[in-house]
Amino acid sequence: MTLFIEQCLNGLQFGLLLFLLAAGLTLVFGIMDLVNLAHGSLYMIGAYFAATFAAWTGSFVLGAILALGATLLVGMAVEVIAMRKLYGRDHLDHVLATFGLILFFDESVRLIWGPAGLSLPLPSWLQTPITILPGIQYSAYRLAIIVVSVAVAAALYFIVMRTRLGMLIRAGASNREMIGALGINIKLLFTLVFGLGAALAGLAGLMQAPILTVQIGMGENILILAFVVIVIGGIGSIRGAFISAVLVGFIDTLGRSYFPDLLRLVLDRNTAATAAPALSSMLIYIIMAAILVVRPEGLFPASRR
Amino acid sequence: MAEPLLQVDNLSKNFGGIRASDALSLEVVRGELHAVIGPNGAGKTTLISQLTGLLHPDAGAIRFDGQDITQVPAYQRSLLGLARSFQITSLFLDLSVLDNVLLAVQAHQGHSFHFWKNARRDRDLRDPAMAALKRVGLTERAMQPAFRLNHGDHRQLELAMALAANPRLLLLDEPMAGMGPEQSARMVEMLRALKGEVTILLVEHDMEAVFALADRITVLVYGRVIATGTPQEIRANAQVREAYLGEQEATHG
Amino acid sequence: MIRKLNLRAVVIATLLAALLLLPLYTSLTGDRFALTLFTRIVILALAAVSLNLALGYGGMVSFGHAAFLGIGGYAVGILSYEGVGSGFVQWPIALGASALFALVIGALSLRTRGVYFIMIPLAFAQMAYYIASGLARYGGDDGLTLQNRSSFAGLINPSNKVQFYYLCLALLLGSIYLVWRLTNSRFGLAVQGARSNDTRMRAIGFPTYRYKLACFVISGTLCGLAGILLANNTDFVSPAIMFWTRSGDLIVMVVLGGMGSLFGPLFGAVALLFLEEALSRITEYWQILLGPLLLLVVLFARGGIDGLLKGARRG
Repeated sequence: MTLFIEQCLNGLQFGLLLFLLAAGLTLVFGIMDLVNLAHGSLYMIGAYFAATFAAWTGSFVLGAILALGATLLVGMAVEVIAMRKLYGRDHLDHVLATFGLILFFDESVRLIWGPAGLSLPLPSWLQTPITILPGIQYSAYRLAIIVVSVAVAAALYFIVMRTRLGMLIRAGASNREMIGALGINIKLLFTLVFGLGAALAGLAGLMQAPILTVQIGMGENILILAFVVIVIGGIGSIRGAFISAVLVGFIDTLGRSYFPDLLRLVLDRNTAATAAPALSSMLIYIIMAAILVVRPEGLFPASRR
Repeated sequence: MAEPLLQVDNLSKNFGGIRASDALSLEVVRGELHAVIGPNGAGKTTLISQLTGLLHPDAGAIRFDGQDITQVPAYQRSLLGLARSFQITSLFLDLSVLDNVLLAVQAHQGHSFHFWKNARRDRDLRDPAMAALKRVGLTERAMQPAFRLNHGDHRQLELAMALAANPRLLLLDEPMAGMGPEQSARMVEMLRALKGEVTILLVEHDMEAVFALADRITVLVYGRVIATGTPQEIRANAQVREAYLGEQEATHG
Repeated sequence: MIRKLNLRAVVIATLLAALLLLPLYTSLTGDRFALTLFTRIVILALAAVSLNLALGYGGMVSFGHAAFLGIGGYAVGILSYEGVGSGFVQWPIALGASALFALVIGALSLRTRGVYFIMIPLAFAQMAYYIASGLARYGGDDGLTLQNRSSFAGLINPSNKVQFYYLCLALLLGSIYLVWRLTNSRFGLAVQGARSNDTRMRAIGFPTYRYKLACFVISGTLCGLAGILLANNTDFVSPAIMFWTRSGDLIVMVVLGGMGSLFGPLFGAVALLFLEEALSRITEYWQILLGPLLLLVVLFARGGIDGLLKGARRG
């Protein structure tokens, strides 16, 4: 039982992390109609920045804040230098150009930080487990991730639904000409949105950093999961991204820990042990396929798109 | 009078409170060029959309060559021999002019799961395609990509694609729209040459062209037919003059 | 225009002659490395030819073609590991598995439009990657070493480097011929019509879904063939062969060479591997140069090498 609760929390934590990544991706797609494969690179850069700044300042929190700002700046720079020229072109161009950016970022990181990975040590106050229920302890750090992610998700919801910036974002998603007609600086808006997406990816990366190693290519793996999340949720929909991210987080985490046991009920021990790792990694993709059969546009299709 | 090729009976279509087609009836006789005219908002586009199957009428029937096609889906109507040219050109712009027409012929000939034989050299496809291109005067541009053609030639190509399906009835939805005087004149010449070979239903704004070409004219106002007759009869019809031509003359000063 | 068209013909003829005579060169100079490198180029060119069929002619941006490389390769690897060494058995199974996978992911992803189509093959290819990583019996993450190359009852000996090179080259040229026939057939015309204007195609009565799906399956099967050859060439297959960035490399080859052009993928494969060679002489961190170069190709040279040779830009 303890293990089950812990796995559920792990699933939630992973799902929320995926949401941070997917939110930026889906926001950028919904508003600028841009497919950004290099989103995973921003995740990686966030982690590298955090590891570096934390080492310089000697403070985990200060390092994380600086890294967040730095990733935001990198994102805005990328938008101004490269992405801006891609709006309105077809998706193949986006895919190719941002694939080029991945190569550039991976190699830049290798050049600056070297091929070996970095680690981001946690301060001691985040290392001690916390008693969440009588008799059940849980990692303080993972709990912190959950709290931060939920806060960010709430803030994001507030920004998109309740503020002037959010109104512009929603208008941009449905009517680009209108924004132009209102005399709003659409270039600046796009730069800000892209920067925001980058910062979200960076946040996900730096929060994941203490759990995994900070290494080159870390963004390429998780990017595909973020794609799965937005395909299931409906591309362009923040709400869909949130629900489907949590869903994917749960299924992936619980699947990996319990699916082998389930398999043992129907197969003999040896076969189950052989097939389990391959099958449990298929789980979320099979669910994605099933959802697509029923709803080709995802669970929450953004209007008109 | 010969048996009608197209017979429209009491067609009605409402959009909200607006009657776009109001108990509309007309007949197109084999071999004639029948024009439909009417002021803006008379329901010409709605009529064409119902004839091609893009819209379904609320009431009434459409018979083509004796067969009730009211419920037949759009692409099957084209197989029956009812071809249209699109008002807004919708070509395969990055393919060659010939390929555009080849596809139209191919669509008419049924399925395309032939993987090996060279379609561009297949006489069954190429001959009708080249014949259609010749008719519209685009033979020499056959190998050019379609996007290189100007607007007038795009309309000619649309017409060639409609002709390539060897239709029995050709629906032309404002073929002169957006054309300069020279291009319009060329289109009129071509339609004159086609007249008699193919039965044509022409919806057009250009009055000069309509009166020069049509055997019979139907005048629509607010979704109703107010008159049908030869160009002379229509010119002489007082109701038409009042509802339509008068307004035209007035605006033209 | 005519002169430039000839330039293209000259380049193609020279390239083909060079590929045909390469083993002669290597046997004279004893440069075994060149033969290995070029066998690899020829195989990747075959993969690019297959992707070009879906991407260039069919307009389907498949970011999952590396999965077919993996499926072809793993089918050979697993069968060989389980004691089935005959190519007459291995190859049809490998091709069948590739075709089946293409049919399933094609059927799912072609129901959707636009950007979904990019992401869905990408996700399923990644699924194939994780499955292969989970196959503990067949090496998991570390991959699987082939004990023997596919055997063809003495007809061809794939273990002989020169024979294997010519086998790959023949299959590459055969595939280019196949694509030429296909794209000029009624089927090919319908597929290109669907790429160009899907709405109009459906309006005039083409069920475009079927044509695109058939095109995707042929493309995936052909890419599976490249996977078979790749595994035989390296005597090894691992999940890395189908990591999604590998699909990106294939797309880069196709676009660099010229989408929807018959010899474009061959140009692209040769150019990309030579570019790697040249850039890596400038700096160890050569991908820092390749990345922005891709961006420039996207922005300014959409026709790729073939477009430059033709002197006309597409789109």
